[in-house]
This record gives sequence, C-alpha cells and structure tokens, in this order.
Amino acid sequence: MAESVGEPLDRVDARIKVSGRAIYTADQNIPGLVHAVLVTSTIAKGRIASLETSAAERVPGTLAVLSHKSRLPLAKDPMKVDPSSPADRALQLFQNDRVYYGNQPIAVAVAETLEAAFEAADRVVVRYEALKPSIALERADAYVPKKMGGAGDPAKSDRGDVSTGLASAAFRFEEIYSTPFHTHSPMEPHATIAVWDEPDKLTLYDTSQGIFGDRKRVASLLGIPPENVRVVSLFVGGGFGSKGPTWSHSVICAMAARRVNRPVKLVLRRPQMFGPVGCRTETRQTISAGAAKDGTLTALRNNVLSHTSTMDEFVEPASLPTRMLYSTPNNSTLQAVVRSDIGTPSYTRAPGEAPGTFALEVAMDELAYKLGIDPLELRLKNYAERDENKNLPWSSKSLRECYRQGAEKFGWSRRKPEPRSTREGNTLVGWGMATSVYPARRSPASARARMYSDGKVLVEAGTQEIGGGTYTIMTQIAADALGVPVARVTFRLGDTRYPPTPVSGGSQTAASTGSAVYEAAKALRDKLAQMPKDGWNGRPFVEAEASTRENEQEKQYSMYSFGAQFAEVRVDADLGQIFVSRMTGVFAAGKILNAKTARSQFIGGMVWGIGLALLENTVYDPRRIRVVNNNLAEYHVPTNADVGNFDVSWIEEDDLHVSPIGAKGIGEIGITGAAAAIANAIYHATGKRIREAPITPDKLI
Amino acid sequence: MRRFGYSRPDDVGEAIAQERRFPEAKFLGGGTNLVDLMKMGVEKPAHLVDITRLPLTQIEERGNVIRIGALTRNSEVAAHPLVLAKCPVLSEAILAGASPQIRNMATTGGNLLQRTRCFYFYDPSYAECNKRVPGSGCAAIQGYNRIHAILGGSDHCIATYPGDMAIALSALGASIVVQGPRGERTISLDRFYRLPGATPHIENDLKPDELITSIEVPTPTVTGSHYLKVRDRNSYAFALVSVAALVDLAPDKHIRQARFALGGVAPKPWRVPEAEEALVNRPATEAVFREAAEIAVRGAKPHRYNGFKVELAKRAVVRALTTASQRG
Repeated sequence: MAESVGEPLDRVDARIKVSGRAIYTADQNIPGLVHAVLVTSTIAKGRIASLETSAAERVPGTLAVLSHKSRLPLAKDPMKVDPSSPADRALQLFQNDRVYYGNQPIAVAVAETLEAAFEAADRVVVRYEALKPSIALERADAYVPKKMGGAGDPAKSDRGDVSTGLASAAFRFEEIYSTPFHTHSPMEPHATIAVWDEPDKLTLYDTSQGIFGDRKRVASLLGIPPENVRVVSLFVGGGFGSKGPTWSHSVICAMAARRVNRPVKLVLRRPQMFGPVGCRTETRQTISAGAAKDGTLTALRNNVLSHTSTMDEFVEPASLPTRMLYSTPNNSTLQAVVRSDIGTPSYTRAPGEAPGTFALEVAMDELAYKLGIDPLELRLKNYAERDENKNLPWSSKSLRECYRQGAEKFGWSRRKPEPRSTREGNTLVGWGMATSVYPARRSPASARARMYSDGKVLVEAGTQEIGGGTYTIMTQIAADALGVPVARVTFRLGDTRYPPTPVSGGSQTAASTGSAVYEAAKALRDKLAQMPKDGWNGRPFVEAEASTRENEQEKQYSMYSFGAQFAEVRVDADLGQIFVSRMTGVFAAGKILNAKTARSQFIGGMVWGIGLALLENTVYDPRRIRVVNNNLAEYHVPTNADVGNFDVSWIEEDDLHVSPIGAKGIGEIGITGAAAAIANAIYHATGKRIREAPITPDKLI
Repeated sequence: MRRFGYSRPDDVGEAIAQERRFPEAKFLGGGTNLVDLMKMGVEKPAHLVDITRLPLTQIEERGNVIRIGALTRNSEVAAHPLVLAKCPVLSEAILAGASPQIRNMATTGGNLLQRTRCFYFYDPSYAECNKRVPGSGCAAIQGYNRIHAILGGSDHCIATYPGDMAIALSALGASIVVQGPRGERTISLDRFYRLPGATPHIENDLKPDELITSIEVPTPTVTGSHYLKVRDRNSYAFALVSVAALVDLAPDKHIRQARFALGGVAPKPWRVPEAEEALVNRPATEAVFREAAEIAVRGAKPHRYNGFKVELAKRAVVRALTTASQRG
C-alpha cells in the first residue's frame, strides 16, 4: 500500500466547496428559523442614557428587541474570564448600561424575516452619556503584565547584561518599529444559529475555530452543563484567529433564541466585524542592537508597547522572536500594555511572531547594511545552535538549509548590495530577505476510528476545518495508519459529539489532532489484527478510540518551525507604488502531510505578509475612537493583483519529538518574516528605510 | 435598512412620472452604490424606481460624437470597440475602478452619481456631515482625512468625488443628456458637478425628477492618452490621485493641444484650463509638464493627513502626460 501522506492529494472537500454544497454555519437550514440583527454602540466610552425600542417593536414581524433593559440573567458575570482559559474574552451581554468600545453589542432585534430584523435594529433609538475615549499608546499608566499570549510566556526576559553588551559593541543602534491595528477580515462573517432542543439543551451552529472551548464558555454563561450544549462547525470560511474565542454575539444569539422560543440566526454585518470580535493591536517596538565588527551580536533588546482593552487583558507577544532567534550573550525583552477604549485585541495570524519578526528582521537588515555585511551572512554569523532563551536544544532545526536553498532559488548571490542600484525606467527594483519562525505546538487530542464490515472506514474527531485542509490530511493520516486506500476513509469533524480536540489555532491542528487520528487508526488496526477470523461474526463495525497527552518532550526540547524568505519588489520611483514581483520561501516545518494543501498554506501566510507590509491598517477616528475603514473596500487585504510569482518549497523533516506523525504545523509560519523581507527589499530598491507598517505610497514620495 | 416600495417601468416618461408620483423615491440603476448606502442607513428612500429595463443601452457614433446610453454597464463600455478605437482612455479609466463583478452591474449614468467615500458621510453615527444633514458640520476636517480633497473643498465639506470613469469623461469634454418633465437638456460634464461651497449636499446639476439618458463623448483628436491611477492597493481601491491625460503632438513633438483632469483630489473631476493652455505649442518635456502640474494644483489646501497628495498629484500629472505623449 503506497503511503498517501505527503502526496499532493486534491482536497477531499474540493468538489462540494467549488460547487457551493459545503454547509457553512449560516447555510444551515433549520425549520422555523428567525433572524437577529445586532445594534452596536456608536460611542467608544460612556453609558447608555436611554434606549428606546417602541418604534423597533412596531416593525411588522418583530418578535423581540432585547437590551440591558430586558433582564436577561446569566449564570455568571460575562466580563470575568477564567485565567486558565486564555482564549476566553470578557463579553458584553446586555448586563448593564456601560459602553467600553465602539461597536459593542448593546441590543438585538429578532424578527420573522431578515429584512424586518434589519429595520427593527435600525429603529432602535439610543442616547448616550459619552466620555472622552483614549487610544494613546504613550501613557504614564502603561503596565507590565504577568504573562502574555496563548502559551502564557512571561512578559520580561533577561540573560546576560544588555548594557554591557551594548557598551562593548563596535557598532550599536536603536530604532523604533511599529505595526498598526489589524482586523482579521475573513470572507465569512461570524455567524451563529441557536436552537434550544429542550429548555436546557442547546445546539449551537457557530463559526468556531474551537468548538469545545465555545461549548464550555457558552454553557457556563447560560448555566447549563457543557454536555447539554452541542456546537457544530462543519466549515469555517476563514478565521485567522478571530473565531478562536467565544464572542458576545454567539451567547446573545442563544439568549435571544431562549427568549423568543424559536431557532435564531445571527450574522454579523461587515462593519460589526470591526470591534466586537477582536483585532490585532498596534505595536511599538524599540530595538537596540550591538555587534562586533564581524557582525557577531553582542546585545539585543526589544521593548514592546501594545494595547489591551479597559475590560480584559490580551498581550500581543511580539518580543518572543527577539528572545530566541539569534545567538546573543546579552538579551533582554520587556512588554508593556496600555488600556485603551477598544474591543479586546486577540489572536491574529501568528500573534507575536508576525509583528515581532517585522521589527527584528528589519533591524537585522539595518545592522547588516551598517556593518557592510550581507544580510544573509549576518544571520548565519549569529545562528542559534540551541534555544538560548529556554536553554534547551532544538527538537529539529533546518534553518541553515532553508537559507541555502532559498538563496539559491532566488538568486541572492547576484544581488548588488548598494541600495537604489537597480532601475528599469521609472521602476526601482530591490531584493530583501528575512527569517521565519513559529512555535511547533501540540495539545492533547482524541479521535475515533471505525471499520465497517464492508471495509469502509469512518474517522471522527471534533476539530475544525478553517480552510487549511484538515478534512484532507486527517483522511490521509488515517488511511496510511490503517493501510487502506484514501477513498475508503471518511473523516468527520466540527461537532462536539465527536472526541475532544484543541482549538484550530497556534498552527497545532496537524500535530495535535493528526496524532490522535494516527493513534486511533493504529489502535483500530491492532484490534483488527488481533481479532480471530470469525471475530466479525455479524458485527457491523469494529471501533477504537485514542487520546494523546501533553507532550512531555517539551521539557527537553525547544520546538519551532523555521524558514527563509526572499522578496523582490518593484517600486515606482516617482509615485511610490509598490509591487511584490516575486517571493521565495523555503520552510522547515516537520513532516509535510499534503504537498498541495501545504503549499497553499505557505502561500496564504506569505500573502498575509504582503498585507502586513503594504496594506492592512485599521484606522480609528482620532477623536471618537471608531474605526473609519470598517469595510472590505477600504480595509485593504491583498488581491491577486498585489501578488507576484511565488516559489515555495520545504526541507524534509520528520520531528518525532513534536508529534508521533513527525509534523510541526504550518498554518502561520508563512506570514512571519514575509513583511520584513518586503520592507527590506523596499529599502534596497529605494534607499528609504520605512519602519512603520504598512508601507504605503505616501511614505515613499 | 428600511422597507421600500419598488417599481420597474419600461419607458423613460413613465419612470420620470413614477419618480414624481411616489414620495421620497429614487431611481435604481445597478445598485452598486445606492444599495450600499441604504444598508448603511445613509440613504432611506421610501420607493425605488428600477430603471434597468429602460431602453438606454445603446453605444453608437453620431458624427464626431460617441453616444453612450445611461444604462450601459461599465464592463460593456470598457470593452466596446468604438470606445477602444476612439477614446481608449475611457476604457482604461473604467477598468481601473472597482472589480469585474461591480463593473458588470454598475451603469454609466449611476456611476456619474457615485457618492463620496468620505468615512464620515458613510457612517450616520457621526452627527456632523453637511452632505448628509445640511448644517450639521463636518467631522472630516478635524478627523482622519487622508482620502480627502486638497482642491475645491470648503469649510463645510472636503469630500472627494471617488470615481474613475468621470475623470476620463471630464478630460474628454463629455456632456450629459438628461430628461425631465420639462424635456431634454444637455450639460457639459465639467458644469454638471458642483463644488460644495456652503451647500455640499447639492453635488450636481441634476434635479430629483430628472434622469440621465446618455453621455455624449466628442471623439478627440489626439495622438495619445493615458489614465493613471495611484492607489494603496493594486486592484479594488479608490484613487489616492488619478489623472486622465490626452495629448495631441505635432510631428516635431510639440504639443498642439493637451487636456487632463485629476481624480481623488477634489469634490469633482478637477480640470484647470490654464494648466492645459500652458502646454500649447510647447515641447513635450518633463519640465513643461511639471509647469502645467504646478498650475493644476495651485491653491491646494492640504489637511492633517493628506498633505502628500499635493506632490503626488503633480508627479501623477507629469507621468500621465509623459505616458500619453509617448503613446503618440
């Protein structure tokens, strides 16, 4: 039996997706369904002075208009979060008249038709007592949090002595790098359908990247046991982290369904995606670096400032790459946050590493130019042979090979070092490179495998398909472990009735759920092998289940994926317009499970790198602290016209320290380093060092 | 979004009559802008008169004029052989705007009436917008005004006209034919649009019960033309600055005549006759183009976030005229 893992198999769900038959959350056809439309706050701070619903209630077909005046009791305070669940966010569920940010849910209109619900929502009249909101990053009351990010890393790190390292350096510099607010902007808006099957039993169709966390949070707020809540999420139309936590609208939908005693559908409108469902915070990173004449780093420091909300704490861990990417005897990082009047920032496309590698890898480029050393040479000179931050060996690290192959494919050796050295007519051409890095995580997961008497196989695990190809790779893993053709295996996911699995975030689905699927399939194979010949004897199927535990090897090894990215940009010398004409990415990310979906994943990440470098910017009105570009026409994500030729490949690895299937996870590494490679190429093209993303034409003219 | 009535008449006279008959009625073309504004609560018509069945879909040449029916779709106009042969700059401008899906829906007449993308106009939660609510103030002047006007604005409004097609039509010297209860009239495009002054809610010369029936484009005598659009994103983004340029060069490379209009910088397609006159009988050089560009942005009044547009506009004028000359 030829192995299918690693082969460029077409997605098993490709046909139903391209023919419109894949059932996304808002597509679920539920008998008796009614519609809900949210009313969200138009101020960023203050209280609701009055909220008038009589005109809304008079709209024909309206069933209810719910707000803080409606007495909707909850089992616990939704503004309090469980510190042991880092994905839990403080929720605004109509419990009082306070407004903490723009677009906070303050009421919901429920009606027989979507049109009536729209109109009723529009006819809710709200008056506010507004206070002056703040979004200033430089504030005296910035504080150092206890921990940060999903992994709970400390907010400070120190080894050696940075001031000594800087003092002894032949060359030193300090610069400030900034990245703006980002909004996830998946194509599919957040949507929820709540169906109360019994007075204390709820089915929630939810656009969720983490159905088990969603179940727990919703159940605890509604005061029912988690097993009484079934969360279903068969396909997610992009999440990028925004669909990891449970947000207010999901619970509001269930509260509304309970009140009107009908199944209720609530879909966020595009402008409502800007505020109540998370964002990436702006970061301001002050990097100090010192080096000897030959480029050896003597000191490296990154002090990071970012926002959280006034009601909750989320810290974008942008300092993490500075801690471990290069060998430095003297290294220090510190993260501080300010409380601003915004919806709580949250996990967004490589939280920490995306803005963190932008700053660090542009700084490394600056250092290379100032020392007169090739940027790639400088990185090799300071190659970290072990994780100096955790003081552990790497579980695997093929970064040197990524650099070598990437440079060769891109043609890096033909680079003319001087900035502004290549001009074709009005176009300045530049090359840049940067390093990619993202943690390889694995969480406990479980799966069930079943073989029917006709030889067909059904495998089930909770997990979620957020577009990366989960249905496909799980099918391949199970088929190989059982030694059967892929066509005989059906994989089901996205239902809390299936064995529990972690959130599809942190690039951990392949390693986590993939390992559980592998173990379950292996257990089934062993069971079948041990069965006596007449063992089937009328049984319709044989089944096995397996669960994986925490990865004990995390204590012995530091686990990361790495990569090298090279970018070519073409910049209009007079008009400042930029085109990323080609990019080369070579990654080392454990065993690659499907060459086709993996390539798409890497490209997807790199395209988001173009977004970070050149386009994305959630802009707040400076006085009202309300997002002004709250739509996809003016919140710019990359289009096909922004993407040139991509050359993507990988180094074969098989990292059994990370997972029994050798996989590390590839969802997020593509964005890391990509933006820096582009920014560095822009410097090479134009001689202009822009340290503030996004790099738009006005910054270059 | 609110409930609204709907009707779909078959002829122009009936459409105009219905607009007058139903209170708070509006004509509906492709809906690519009006429906958007209705969803945002900026427009709240009580009735929509759908005009997409009216027989205004011809593109034909009459003498030296191309007449484009008001209900032709953007995509049809951009791909039409007459347009491509006689005034390719119009096709270039249309294709620089929106997305294929939107261009398949948007009509020529509706596109001319596209409303501004001013953030504060688009969001009714801002009480201050003189365009939405006359006399209420302007949130953009002290707000985030990176996309706003540097020319032609007033203390009451600094919103820009956001479209591409009309910029090319302005440079081409097009006219707009409208039909109303008082009959038909023709207005030059440059006079059709109004500057905001103290009445930014009045954006053009069209009366509520008048209907645009066609656009008349005189076929230009030029050796080359170009539509240049500078934007943050390479597709599906509004112009930071755009320029439609037409140049007629003599065999000795002197400029016989040149016309250009700017987009993204003013409340209307921005055309400065003195700047065009400064090009006549001059050599087609960068220095000469730069002179014209300086005249074109004379009196520019930048705001906190859009100061870059002044220099960008000048460079865009030079580039567009250069490219148009080289095509000649």
